[in-house]
Amino acid sequence: MDGPPPAIELDGLTRRYGERVALQDVSLAVPAGATLVVFGPNGAGKSTLLRVLATLLRPHGGTTRVLGHALPGEGWAVRGRIGLLGHAPLLYRDLSGRENLAFHARLHGVPLERAAELMERVGLTARADDKVHTYSRGMVQRLAVCRAVLHEPDVLLLDEPRANLDPAAGELVEPLIGAASGRTRIVTSHDPAGGLAEADLALGLRAGRAELFGLASQVDTTQIGALYR
Amino acid sequence: MRRAVDALLRKELRLELRAPQAVPAMALFSVTTLVVFHFALQRGQVEGDLAAGVLWVTLLFAAMLGTSRLFVADHEEGGLDGFLLAPVDRTALLVAKAVAMFAFLAAVEIVAVPAFALLLLEPAPDAGTYAQLVLVLALADAGVAIIGTLVGALAVQTRARDLLVPLLALPLLIPVVIGAAKATTPLLLAAGAEAVPLRWLAILGLYDLVFGLLAYAVFDFLVED
Amino acid sequence: MLYGSRLRALSILTAVTLTTGFGLAFFYAPMDADQGFMQKIFYVHVPLAIVALCGFVFGGIMAIQHLRTGDSRYDLRSYVAIHLSLILGAGVLITGSIWAKASWGHWWVWDEPTLVSFLIVFLLYATYQPLRFSIEDPEKQARYASVFAIIAGAFVPLNFLAVRLAQSYTHPRVFATADGGLPAKMQLPFYICLIGMALLFATLWKYEMASKHTSAKLRSLRRKLGGDEAVAPRGRTASPSLGTGS
Repeated sequence: MDGPPPAIELDGLTRRYGERVALQDVSLAVPAGATLVVFGPNGAGKSTLLRVLATLLRPHGGTTRVLGHALPGEGWAVRGRIGLLGHAPLLYRDLSGRENLAFHARLHGVPLERAAELMERVGLTARADDKVHTYSRGMVQRLAVCRAVLHEPDVLLLDEPRANLDPAAGELVEPLIGAASGRTRIVTSHDPAGGLAEADLALGLRAGRAELFGLASQVDTTQIGALYR
Repeated sequence: MRRAVDALLRKELRLELRAPQAVPAMALFSVTTLVVFHFALQRGQVEGDLAAGVLWVTLLFAAMLGTSRLFVADHEEGGLDGFLLAPVDRTALLVAKAVAMFAFLAAVEIVAVPAFALLLLEPAPDAGTYAQLVLVLALADAGVAIIGTLVGALAVQTRARDLLVPLLALPLLIPVVIGAAKATTPLLLAAGAEAVPLRWLAILGLYDLVFGLLAYAVFDFLVED
Repeated sequence: MLYGSRLRALSILTAVTLTTGFGLAFFYAPMDADQGFMQKIFYVHVPLAIVALCGFVFGGIMAIQHLRTGDSRYDLRSYVAIHLSLILGAGVLITGSIWAKASWGHWWVWDEPTLVSFLIVFLLYATYQPLRFSIEDPEKQARYASVFAIIAGAFVPLNFLAVRLAQSYTHPRVFATADGGLPAKMQLPFYICLIGMALLFATLWKYEMASKHTSAKLRSLRRKLGGDEAVAPRGRTASPSLGTGS
C-alpha cells in the first residue's frame, strides 16, 4: 500500500497493572491528520491508551508506533511532537498562567511570545498574571489547552477536552484542538452522537479490549451504546 | 539539558518563594530545636565535639522536613507528567531538585548557624572560622541534597511518605554526619578554633561524588513508568 | 526454572558442613585465654556477618539486572536475598552483642567499627520491606525496590569505610597474632563455618525461591483453568509478583 505511514499504529498493545489487564491486544491504525474518537465506559482503558501514546506509560506487549517511531525505545524522538490534554491540567496552582506557560515553553524550547499569543487567542490575557488557583475551571481548561499545543505537536491526545468549557470557551479553543487544526487527533468522548460527528475513525473499548474499530461513517450510536451495558 | 535544568530550577525557586513549603518551616524548626537542646542538655553553652553534634543533628533533622516536601507539589499537581512530556533528559530533574534542595539548605543555614552561635556558642566564632565552616557546610549539604532528592523521589509515591523519608535517609547520611561532625569539631573549640583536618573533607567529597554518580545512574528509573 | 532441584542434597550438605564446623570450633579450636568459652561465638558471628553482607550486595546486583532487563524474576531474587540477609543480620547483631558482653562486659560497644557499621546497614535494610509495602502498583514497587537495593548495596562499603575512619581502634584481638593473621588452629574451623553459613544462605534462598515460584505457578494455572474469577486478588503485599506469565 502506498502513501505516508500512519501517524499511529498499534498491533496487539497490552498494558497491565499488576495482575489486572488495563489494555489487552488493541490494534488500530490512524492516518496522519485524521481524528480517532475513543468511546467506552469508565475503566475501559481510554485514559491508559492515551497515556501510553503520550509515552508516559510503557507498553507491556505488542507493537506501538507513533509517528513512525517504536515505543518505548524511541519515546524520546516522539515526545516533542505530541500534546496531551488529560484529566489533570498539569499546571502549578501557585504560579500565574504566564509563569506556567513560560515553564513549559522553556522545557520545549519554544519562544515565550508564542505563549502570550496563545493566551490571547483563548482570552486569558487579562488574567495571565493571576495565580492559577484563582482561575475558574473553564479558565484552567483553556490554559491547559494552551499548554498542550504550545509546542505545535503533530499529534493531539485529548481526554474529554471540552469538559468544563462553556460554548463560548469551546469556540475559542476549537481552532487549536479541533479538526480544523489539521493535526492527528485521538479524542475520548462519552457523547456518541457528537463524538461520531467529528470523527474519521471510531474505537470502542470495554474492559481493556477493542470491541469495535472502524470508519466513523460505518458506526452508529447503538453500537456505541452497547459498550456501556 | 541545561535549558531544562534552568527551566525546572526557576520553577522550583519561584514556587518556594511564592508559596513557601520548606524553607520557613525548616528554619523555624532549627531554631526551636536549638532551644530544646539547651534544655535537654541543661547547658548554657557547648563547645568542641558536643557543639558539632548539636549543630549537625539540628541541621540534619531540619533537612528531613525539607526532603519530605521536595516532590510533593509536583506529585499533587500532576506536575511531573508535564516535565515527562518534554523532550528533555530526565536527569535534568535530578540536577534541578538537588540544586534547589542545596539552595534551601543554604537559606536555612543562614538563619540556623548564627542562631546556634548566638544561643549556644561561647566565644563567638570569627570570620576565618565561619569561612571554614561554610566549606564544611557546602560539602555536607551537597551530600544531603543528593540523598534527599533520591529518597524524596522514592518516597513521594508511597503512602507513608513522612515516615519513610527519615527512615531511609538517616542511615544513608551517617557517613555525612561522621565527616561533618569530625570536621566541625576543631572549629568550635572553646580554647580557640583549629584547622579542619583534610581527611574529613576528603571523605565528604568522596561521598558526594559516589552518590552523585549513583543518583545519576538510577534516577531515570524513579520517574519513568 | 526449577529451584527445587537438588534441594535435598544441598540441605544435607549444609547440615553436615555446619555441624563439622561447630564441632571443630568446640573441640579443636583453642580456648581464648581472656574471653574464655564465649569467644567461640566468633565462629558464628563473623561468618554470619560476612554472608549477610555478601547477601546484601548480591541483592543489589540482582536489582541491577532487574532494572536492565525488566525481568521480574530478578526482582524476586533480589527480594529473597535481602530479606534473608536481614534475618541473618539480626543474628549478627545478637551474637555480636553477646560477644561484646563476654569480651568487654557491655551489651553494646561503640568501639567496634564493624559492629557499628553493621547496625547502620541493618537499620537501612530494615526499611526495604516497609518501602515495598507502601507502594501499591506491583511494577512500580519492584522498580523502586531495585533502585533502593542498588543505592543500599553501594552504601555498604562506603559506610564501613567511614565508620572505620571515625574510630581509632581496629577489630581487636581475635585476629591479633604476631603477624596479624588468624592463628593456625582457628583457621580450619573458621573457614568451615564460613562455608557452612554460605551454604545455609544458599539453601534457605533456594527454598524460598522454590516456594514463591510454586505459588506463582499455581495462581497462573488456576487463572488459566478457571478464568480471572477463580483466583482471589493478591491484595497489598511487599512480596514481588511474577506477572501474569508463567
